[in-house]
Amino acid sequence: MRIFNFDEQLIPLDEWIQTFVDWLVLNYREFFQIIKVPVEISLEGLEWLFFTLPPWLIIVAFAYAAWRYAGKRVTVFTVLTFFLIGYLGLWEDTMTTLAMVICSVVFCAVTGIPLGILAGRSDRFEMFMRPFLDAMQTTPAFVYLIPVVMLFSIGTVSGILATIVFALPPIIRLTSLGIRQVHPELIEAALAFGATPWQVLRKVQFPLALPSIMAGLNQTIMMALSMVVIAALIGAGGLGNPVVQGLNTLEIGLATIGGLSIVLLAMVLDRITQGIGQK
Amino acid sequence: MAIDVKIEVRNLYKIFGPQPKKAMAMLEQGLEKEAIFEKTETTVGVQDASFEIYSGEIFVIMGLSGSGKSTMVRMLNRLIEPTAGQVLIDGEDIIAMSDDQLVKLRRAKLSMVFQSFALMPHMTVLQNAAFGLEMDGIDKSTREKRALQALEQVGLEAWAESRPDELSGGMQQRVGLARGLAVDPDVLLMDEAFSALDPLIRTEMQDELLKLQAKAKRTIVFISHDLDEAMRIGDRIAIMEGGRVVQVGTPEEILQDPADDYVRAFFRGVDPTNILTAGDIATVKQTTIVITEGKNPRAALQRLIKDDRDFGYVLDSERIFKGIISADSLRELIDDSAREQLIQNAFIDDVMSANSSDSMQDILPEVASHPWALPILSDSGEYLGAVSKNLFLRTLHRDQPEDQPVTEQLSNGAV
Repeated sequence: MRIFNFDEQLIPLDEWIQTFVDWLVLNYREFFQIIKVPVEISLEGLEWLFFTLPPWLIIVAFAYAAWRYAGKRVTVFTVLTFFLIGYLGLWEDTMTTLAMVICSVVFCAVTGIPLGILAGRSDRFEMFMRPFLDAMQTTPAFVYLIPVVMLFSIGTVSGILATIVFALPPIIRLTSLGIRQVHPELIEAALAFGATPWQVLRKVQFPLALPSIMAGLNQTIMMALSMVVIAALIGAGGLGNPVVQGLNTLEIGLATIGGLSIVLLAMVLDRITQGIGQK
Repeated sequence: MAIDVKIEVRNLYKIFGPQPKKAMAMLEQGLEKEAIFEKTETTVGVQDASFEIYSGEIFVIMGLSGSGKSTMVRMLNRLIEPTAGQVLIDGEDIIAMSDDQLVKLRRAKLSMVFQSFALMPHMTVLQNAAFGLEMDGIDKSTREKRALQALEQVGLEAWAESRPDELSGGMQQRVGLARGLAVDPDVLLMDEAFSALDPLIRTEMQDELLKLQAKAKRTIVFISHDLDEAMRIGDRIAIMEGGRVVQVGTPEEILQDPADDYVRAFFRGVDPTNILTAGDIATVKQTTIVITEGKNPRAALQRLIKDDRDFGYVLDSERIFKGIISADSLRELIDDSAREQLIQNAFIDDVMSANSSDSMQDILPEVASHPWALPILSDSGEYLGAVSKNLFLRTLHRDQPEDQPVTEQLSNGAV
């Protein structure tokens, strides 16, 4: 039976993809370099901000946000975390990571929320998006890391692009979910009072979906932080660096303090954004 | 009173499901809803509905769940797109309108109150009341002023800054009503607006609505599955069954002359003594004999005997009621030659009469306490007819067709 002959490779998909990526890199590398520009500019701006501002001001700003949205305990935790990171000698790496994470999250929000709204309002668009979102969330980052480097070259910006691929799905999904959860009677009521579709979105669907959208943003931040180490493999700076460096040279201690800082930073950002979402 | 038609519904159909065209064709061939559903998985929501709603009336569309009444009201503002037919508001066919025109129409003329209140949870009570005005692009201070006036009308101005979830169900629906009133609509659509409220609050809201309606006559289309509610607030009622409008009329008309068994069954539980007035049930036929004032007693007696009646009703030439005579009182008069042979001398003592607007409940004691039928008069004293015990009982027991021999016999016996 020829049909069940699985010993030979009948479909050389790997070769096709190889050829396609080579062709893409050869002919369109410049185009991909242009895509980088907005990300590059935003990142430089954020990095400039985090490195120019004195550390005490940054701590005060985060402490204020924590106090305002998440309560006293989180405020204390936030201040302690930043002091610990500073005394561990990882302040600069942490600032780079913060700039990277915020930059990725901003781009995820700017593209993800509109896509989520479209998916929330159209079943067909949701069906169309779903396999892409699944692929973005499950494809191991290492698979697309090399093509990203080939197209965008190494560095922090490439790290951010890889992060965006991984961190974008939750905000799209949760925005769509939030829009869909708005009670149909409320939309009916808005229409009955002469709302246009745009007014329905702006006055009813979006404000009511906001808690869900904020939950999506929170998830996106968490996933962006989880990409920090992988991004470091392609030359992105930040807290991933001590981890990668530590693993390469078997300095377990160095890797551990890098990892610890990532976890603590993640907890601070998570508590604060969750607090904002609940307000 | 000249009748001014506000909304006219002509041959309106709504068919839900995958094959509306095929289902329409099958309907034209005369197939039943159930058969159509089996063959095409397509549901007939509303079928060939035609009726008129007059300016300034409360028009109740009543039916059980699944009768298509909610679909019907949503076609009046095109929240649901009809499959075929026309809806004319002030003579304009809204089905033919573009999206822009439709938005303008909804802002200018229509508003709606929902069963589940459908208040915006992220807005304050005041913002909710101002919602329609906000959609219309009216500036903030004007719309808040008007919304506050609407809240005053429903007695909730003190709650303007609260959130809807801080209010009880009845209060929430008052906000829903205020939101509907704030835009000052020509037509207020109310979809089971009071059904989610407990009975006491429901009655209170009905009174409130009637009070508001007395102040400013709007055209109100009220959807309800509650017959008592329909009878209480409706100027006219349309009864829907299985997507069809089976009868349209005033509550009294429908109660007295139900179009079919479905309507009759619907009304079986109603207490007619609250709804029907003496004028509605009084009859001049069969049960009473009308004798004009000048007639001499002997001729009157002959007339009673001939028609086999015990009592006669005496009117003057203007049909003003004067009194009741009986065969006995006439005989007594004729036998006693000392008395002047005038018919008014044979009048029975303690005859009471009732006004046509008295309810059946009001006239019951009078009807029960005398052997003769109670005469019913208009405001000017004109004789409209009489209500006998049997007529009264027969009205209570409406299920029995009117011309059954038993009833006839009974009524003859008593009169």
